[in-house]
Amino acid sequence: MNLFTSLRKELLEAWRGKRFLVAIILLGSFGMMSPLLAKFMREIFSAIPGAEIVSAIIPEATVLDAIGQYVKNIEQFGILLALLLSMGLVAVEKERGTAALVLSKPLSRSSFILSKFLGVAAVLLVALLVAALGGYYYTLFLFEALPVGSWLALNGALLLLFLVVAAITLLFSTLFNSQAAAAGAGLGTYFLLSLIGSSPTLAIYIPGHLVTWAVSLFGGGTVPVWGSLVVCLGLIVICLTAACLVFRRQEL
Amino acid sequence: MKAIEIQSLQKHYGDVKALDGLDLIVDPGCVFGFLGPNGAGKTTTLRILTGLAGASGGQASIAGVPVSDHQAVSRLIGYLPEEPVFYRWMTPTELLDHVGRLFGQSVDERKRQARQLLERVGLGEAARRRIGGFSRGMRQRLGLAQALMNDPQVLLLDEPVSALDPQGRKEVLEMIADLKDTATIFMSTHILADVERICDQVGIIDHGRLITAGKRSELLARYHTDAILIELEPGQELALAAWLNGLKADWLSQLTIEGVTARIQVKDIELARKELLGSLARSKLPVQKFEVSTPALEDVFLQLVNANGGGK
Repeated sequence: MNLFTSLRKELLEAWRGKRFLVAIILLGSFGMMSPLLAKFMREIFSAIPGAEIVSAIIPEATVLDAIGQYVKNIEQFGILLALLLSMGLVAVEKERGTAALVLSKPLSRSSFILSKFLGVAAVLLVALLVAALGGYYYTLFLFEALPVGSWLALNGALLLLFLVVAAITLLFSTLFNSQAAAAGAGLGTYFLLSLIGSSPTLAIYIPGHLVTWAVSLFGGGTVPVWGSLVVCLGLIVICLTAACLVFRRQEL
Repeated sequence: MKAIEIQSLQKHYGDVKALDGLDLIVDPGCVFGFLGPNGAGKTTTLRILTGLAGASGGQASIAGVPVSDHQAVSRLIGYLPEEPVFYRWMTPTELLDHVGRLFGQSVDERKRQARQLLERVGLGEAARRRIGGFSRGMRQRLGLAQALMNDPQVLLLDEPVSALDPQGRKEVLEMIADLKDTATIFMSTHILADVERICDQVGIIDHGRLITAGKRSELLARYHTDAILIELEPGQELALAAWLNGLKADWLSQLTIEGVTARIQVKDIELARKELLGSLARSKLPVQKFEVSTPALEDVFLQLVNANGGGK
């Protein structure tokens, strides 16, 4: 009930608080810079006095290097962004008392939680879209045209990974009254999931594996990763459901 | 149908009983003053009525709708918390627009209502300023405006004028009094003067239980005690104490001394007045004030709360 009114407020807040701008600048710039860095890595090292030897052993950059650079940068900063955007979503509103103000109106607690998630998802989506367009353009310009389907799959996988982090952090933001605690717990859980990935049997089920699969598409990989996809979607649904259930029982 | 009906309401926080079987009925169309010392359970009651907290036991309803049905109840009420906080990046107009959207109001309705309410609470000129820069008094006024956005049947106010200066306090209390034609007002406060000014019904709560409730005039009559106030000139504290020590009479029921002022509760006002005037004349004490005090809500409040354990 009133999900869209609450989502409208979240988007307006993200716009006024310059969250859209910061996210677009951060991911957008790394999206554009990644192919550039890959292409000119040798030149960069040869320009550094004493590092010429390194440039000699760096092979000529390929399109796969550009993709690798893009994935490394966007994955790291996207996860950080998802964490920072989600950590205070509920904790801050509970602490300040604004949650009590709106929840005494006809707004269900589930709509409140879901609108928070959708608001963060919108910021991440727009920022990733800009990064993907920039990355695609510079890769095309410096290397070659990328298969559009694979590029979309890669960015879709990255987005899903960010949404998993956002959902986990949102759950902790609901459980705790401190955004620092929410961020710490969110990051801790993500690292725990990554640790699980060190087991060869379980690695194919962790959210990060979806990105590995998407990268492999550019090298001709075709083995689907349904397990990882189901885990990602399942984690998002479980975290959001848990956050709604916990929040319904909380006193404001 | 009762505006508010509360039966055996309980709220426990571990071993602490914030509400211990509260029973209360508020008639429609009245301004109900919900009085109590700090920690008596006033805010807890309001939080349960608004759906922000759950009860540990008992029942509560607003206009016949159980408070457990939050979606239905939220459309009937307007709520002003004790310390209203808003999204600092919004302007008052945007905040009221957001509230109006939550109530499903049309664009025209939201615009009209927001403009009228902001004018009414004296924030017309600040309508497009960021709330982040507002003083506490301005936030309190905005809090009242947002509580009225849906033309509520029952207005729940938690200490509505505690943050206001005397002028603001007077204006907001007048505003609240004017609303009684359109809504039932349930106002929690510990400021007795405010209750005396606008409330026609009063309930006194302490230790999570209702001590008494009724029309203000009935309570004053029921708990009425005659008293005489005597004030001496400054520096006469010892003389006053000595004179009062020698005062022995059947009509004397209670004595309170504060500096050079004595408040003497009496059983027979006429006899007490005659004998006290005679005794003062004989003692030659420099009297500055001799007054037969009229019964006040404060006397009723103190009498009941002290009898109930002094709010501790």
